[in-house]
Amino acid sequence: MWIRLLKTMIKQSGQSIMRNKNMSLASIGSVSATLIILGIVLALVLNMTNITDKTKDDFDQVQAYVDLNLKVSPTPSLGEQIKKIDGVKSVEFVGKDKALEDMKGRLDGNGNILEGLEKNPFENSYTVYLKDVNQADKVVKEIQKIEGIKEVLYQKGVVDKLIGVADFTRMGGLILIGILLVISIFIISNTIKTTVMARQTEIGIMKYVGATNGFIRGPFIIEGIILGLIGSIISIFIVMFGYNYVIGILSTSLSGMLSTYLIPTSTMLKDVIIIFLTIGVGVGSIGSIISLRKFLKV
Amino acid sequence: MIEYINISKKYSSGVVALSNINLKIKKGEFVFLVGSSGAGKTSLVKLLLKEIEPTTGKIIVDDVDITKIKAREIPFLRRKIGVVFQDFRLLPNKTIFENVAFAKEIIGTPPKEIEERVSEVLKLVGLSDKKDCYPNELSGGEQQRISIARAIVNKPDIVIADEPTGNLDPDTAWDIMNLLKEINDIGTTVIMVTHAKDIVNFMERRVIAINGGKIVRDEERGVYYNVD
Repeated sequence: MWIRLLKTMIKQSGQSIMRNKNMSLASIGSVSATLIILGIVLALVLNMTNITDKTKDDFDQVQAYVDLNLKVSPTPSLGEQIKKIDGVKSVEFVGKDKALEDMKGRLDGNGNILEGLEKNPFENSYTVYLKDVNQADKVVKEIQKIEGIKEVLYQKGVVDKLIGVADFTRMGGLILIGILLVISIFIISNTIKTTVMARQTEIGIMKYVGATNGFIRGPFIIEGIILGLIGSIISIFIVMFGYNYVIGILSTSLSGMLSTYLIPTSTMLKDVIIIFLTIGVGVGSIGSIISLRKFLKV
Repeated sequence: MIEYINISKKYSSGVVALSNINLKIKKGEFVFLVGSSGAGKTSLVKLLLKEIEPTTGKIIVDDVDITKIKAREIPFLRRKIGVVFQDFRLLPNKTIFENVAFAKEIIGTPPKEIEERVSEVLKLVGLSDKKDCYPNELSGGEQQRISIARAIVNKPDIVIADEPTGNLDPDTAWDIMNLLKEINDIGTTVIMVTHAKDIVNFMERRVIAINGGKIVRDEERGVYYNVD
């Protein structure tokens, strides 16, 4: 009997969607529109976060220079002492000869300007890779405490700024998405409320002929879910095609390095599908439950 | 059987709609509820449908005190009672067949059974040929017959008709009365709220007159006269 009732309810919601075409289109339209805006914001925020995160990772290293006046070589070696510090991923020794070679390599063909040097200006150092850039300050302090380390260099300003930018975009994005979500819930539940109000007589009659509250709610909730689902599917297509198009343009116009920081469409697709379907269906059903509540008191 | 015992109803606005009503309606009776507007007729009917709760007293329907049943049991009470309204209350976007079938669908009747029973009642009200029409394609009298069909499709024990002829011309009103009489003849209790003097006088059924929230007259084969 339950299956039959469910069938009846689905049939009713289908009929109601078809017979209230304008209202249904309005609901689908508002779901799509909100989700498209949400999609644009989401794409911006995710990409900004991705860019800052990846750039930040390039600065996850600290250079610790060895004191030349150090007479006795410390035991255990400086490298091992550094490695023991909490937050250090790995340590690599860079001899001064290697440092010079590296520099020549970086000058790329213009290495001959270094030829005139009488002696190697570089010093022995350790490149310290960090587990997390956010812990840089702490790790630097610890390294400085070790005897035999002359100075520690790291791009504090750049890293701090990047962390700042990343935090800002993430927070700003979250707040913006939160606001948009509330707005979309409001729009969708309002649209469903209009559908429900247009059918107040129907609800009244249903109550008189002895329909249970669950049975009355059912078709409206199913209708909300269907409308939310259609709306989110439409917006998924629009957002993903749009995203793919914009990414295509950016990849050709931006320098190669920056474009590798952009999130590829295939990666975005999964997130967008999950988020949009959840929001569409969730808001559709919750919206109809909320808007139905006061109409059930007969 | 329906029994109102010491029923009083005072609305939160302070209006006393009914005071100390004691009333018995036997199974299969045909009862006219008469009285001027605001006398309390509608409150009496609403109490039976549990649309409102009495301030004091109990109402027994088939040995059950309906003032004590829980909210989620109300739909099952209403399935025993068919209601016909003055303004028909048909769903404009459903066909005649669907409007009647609707009352059976909501209780989970198998489609084949719905088909059979709906055809049966549509034949009873004489509108089998209009089953694919929409309500606005029908006359007022036809619409009222459909709303009667919907009220009886679940074979209720009781049919409440709230001024069923109020919006109809005299000839059509008689058609509706004959239909209600037929329904009563097969054993259904019919309670009809009305202002139609001619109908009440002609039918010679039980007449309960209400005025100022009190029963002022209750006659077995009564007539209509102004109570105010």
